Amino acid sequence: MTAPTGETALLSLERLSRRFGAVQALDEASLQVRSGTVHALLGENGAGKTTLMRVVFGLLTADRGTMHWRGTPLRVRSPAHALSMGIGMVHQHFTLVPAMTVAENVALGGHGLFDREAAAARVRDVGARAGLSLDPAARVDALPVGAQQRCEIVKALARDVQLLILDEPTAVLAPSEARELLAWVRQFADAGNAVVLITHKLRDALAVADDVTVLHRGRTVLSKPASSTTETELAEAMLGGAGASTSIVTQVMAAEQDELVPETELTPGLETSVQSVDETVLSLREVTWRDGQGLVRVHRANMTVGRGEIVGIAAVEGAGQHELLRLLAGRLTPEQGTVVRPADVGFVPEDRHRDALLLDAPLFENLALRGAGRRRGRMDWTAFRTAAASLIAQFDVRATGTTVAARTLSGGNQQKFVLGRELAGKPPALVVENPSRGLDFKATAAVQQALRTARDEGTAVVLYSSDLDEVLLLADRVYAVHAGQVMEVVPDRDAVGRAMLGTLADDAPEALGDADRTPAGSSA
Amino acid sequence: MKGARTQAADALVSSPSTDPIRRVLSAVGQVGVLLAVGLLLLTVLLAATGHAVGPALAALVRGAFGSWYAITSATIVRMVPLGFAGLAVAIAFRAGVLNVGAEGQLLMGAAIATALALPLHDTSPWLAIPIMIAGGAVAGSLWAMIAGVLRLRFGVLEVISTIMLNFVALNLVGWLVRGPLQEPQRINPQSLSLPPSLQLPVLMEGTRLHAGVPLLVVTAAALGWWLFNTASGFRVRSVGANSRAAHSAGEIAVGSTLLLTFALSGLLAGMGGAVEYLGVTYALYENFSPGYGYTAIAVALLARLHPVGVLGTALLFGALEAGANAMQRDAGVPNVVVTVVEAVLILLVVALDRWRARSAAATGSAGSST
Repeated sequence: MTAPTGETALLSLERLSRRFGAVQALDEASLQVRSGTVHALLGENGAGKTTLMRVVFGLLTADRGTMHWRGTPLRVRSPAHALSMGIGMVHQHFTLVPAMTVAENVALGGHGLFDREAAAARVRDVGARAGLSLDPAARVDALPVGAQQRCEIVKALARDVQLLILDEPTAVLAPSEARELLAWVRQFADAGNAVVLITHKLRDALAVADDVTVLHRGRTVLSKPASSTTETELAEAMLGGAGASTSIVTQVMAAEQDELVPETELTPGLETSVQSVDETVLSLREVTWRDGQGLVRVHRANMTVGRGEIVGIAAVEGAGQHELLRLLAGRLTPEQGTVVRPADVGFVPEDRHRDALLLDAPLFENLALRGAGRRRGRMDWTAFRTAAASLIAQFDVRATGTTVAARTLSGGNQQKFVLGRELAGKPPALVVENPSRGLDFKATAAVQQALRTARDEGTAVVLYSSDLDEVLLLADRVYAVHAGQVMEVVPDRDAVGRAMLGTLADDAPEALGDADRTPAGSSA
Repeated sequence: MKGARTQAADALVSSPSTDPIRRVLSAVGQVGVLLAVGLLLLTVLLAATGHAVGPALAALVRGAFGSWYAITSATIVRMVPLGFAGLAVAIAFRAGVLNVGAEGQLLMGAAIATALALPLHDTSPWLAIPIMIAGGAVAGSLWAMIAGVLRLRFGVLEVISTIMLNFVALNLVGWLVRGPLQEPQRINPQSLSLPPSLQLPVLMEGTRLHAGVPLLVVTAAALGWWLFNTASGFRVRSVGANSRAAHSAGEIAVGSTLLLTFALSGLLAGMGGAVEYLGVTYALYENFSPGYGYTAIAVALLARLHPVGVLGTALLFGALEAGANAMQRDAGVPNVVVTVVEAVLILLVVALDRWRARSAAATGSAGSST
């Protein structure tokens, strides 16, 4: 709880509190950010990380507590005010206007006339100085996620920020892109600025940060230099101290670790695939799919998924895996080729807010949403309420009943609810996309365990995760997707890495920049 | 439904936002507050325009509720078209379809009912009246589906197409009552008066209370039941709540659900037009509707898009309009004053709605985005 020693803090937050209805989101949280440093802000889902930073950025006001910026008391009226003082924030869900170009997005919020040339020059200039490559004339909705994120950062830098707040920046990136970003963060801080990195990836935090602060239930429970702490200490702080059983910590730590060797019973091997060949549940034969602009997203894909196995999909952002998963789940219809699938395929999309939930509807109605397109006649709400109650209990969803709106649940609990809903009817097949994205340790472990259980009970599971380690950890067999091409690969980190990047090796970041954009993600 | 309350998880405290009793109470309270604000504003407007406040307000109340005749023949009679059009708007908005064309759909319903009256002149009312109402409903439905097809096939926003179709319908009626549907003497721009045998039966001697009133009540109840208790009603609500999730998680055919909603919405408005013709005006003419389809938007929003609530808010707006006419007649206050008050009420309802949605989103994001 002591502030890191050293020069006076650039930003200092003292005992900030904020309550939302019954939820105490911040409970006297404190944070000191020094100039020239990267400060990792860690915590479980719902720990208050984002809320704290939204207070700093002027999106929320604190009920109590004080803030200082460069030693003088700080009151932020709005994000525009925060930017004018040199505080910028890149949200986890981007705030770009999709139909506008990069230059227009960067110029948004400025004053006076819009000068296209000047705005483009500004983007090139800021981008060049910061070492972020961006085409000012590209439309944002045509850019892959990594480039959209660079656009967000350039947007903040164009306003001359000295403090950049990044909310879960690596969550949406492929591993190589994430490495690039973290290297950039380091360099930006070394130039005399400061970065607050909101994350729950301990590895990222320890790799790049100078200082680390951990929030738990809105309180600052740990704050010290990164060099004097360990992953275990941080994990325990995030989970609420010694109360959490060590077995959970170590177990989940294992799941997070990079060079993890899967336990023996999970060892992927070709034997598993042989065993399930004659019980194919899902299959694609020569399936092609084109998007609205005529770009081929999936090209003559062949794939089989058998009963009782987890098939992993490895790909970089925008390689066509998004469409591939929807073809498998029956949410897209192929224009060529055959999809063989059962009538009922469970589907967990990565964006649960947009694609999986009716946020303002009660949980029991959200449960009823599954299969609503096939249902006839009356709705038996009594049965849905009962089923929702047992789902909440079975999947450990923290909710105060089945009649609360889905919106009131935290992200992890929403995800557990969605996964539980899709598994509740014991579907023969399940397609999941980034199931642990944005989730904390405990929720991640729960989600992964639920997938294994479903597999063991005979469900054919297809899993895509932007975290390659998660794919390798869970999958029995792996397909790599590159530029719309689907190929089965030996589930070995090196082989999968090469396949998903085309022919390039995993450790060639300079070439990678292009490889990420060559797939279907690039626009005409 | 009550039995489910005892289920394990429901025994826990349920959130205030989804507790039905509190929702009804807060909706009624909101209407009360708005009414008070409206009355205050009306007082200020009357004083500012130099009218005697007391007599004017007295005339308003008398015109709406002052006598049995005022209630049955002014207020409730106006409630019927407002109610049908309000249901049309409510069901459309529930599905996220911004149908602001209830006016045009209502006019088309009235026009087709009028056209059907001629060939049905000598048939039994038991046959003719249902056929005319059904014909009006189908006409309104088809009129709305033009906008539906435009949206689904060509991405034309229904806010624009439905309002444009209102003008088309209005001018079409203008042409019809000077052309094919004009009365035989060809003096007035209106249709032949409906023979008494084909008029909707009056329910109470000496009033204008017609059989359209119970029809509206039954329709609202049936619509409410359908919306909240059937699979297709749930699909409509799901598409309105989040069409992407409806497609992705619910495997709902979003396009056909939307088209169904357009059709149903237009059907209700068209039915309202037919009933107004058969029960009140007995003839088609250019100013057949004094903007029922537009006031219906306020009726639906104030009822929070609940079909049964629409009955209440339609009655309220029916009373306001009846009172406004009385105020003009008895106290010399132009009835546009009431129109201004209505408009302010609509803006307040919309603003309150947005504010509620924003505060819900803010509370929700606290729990989910950190």
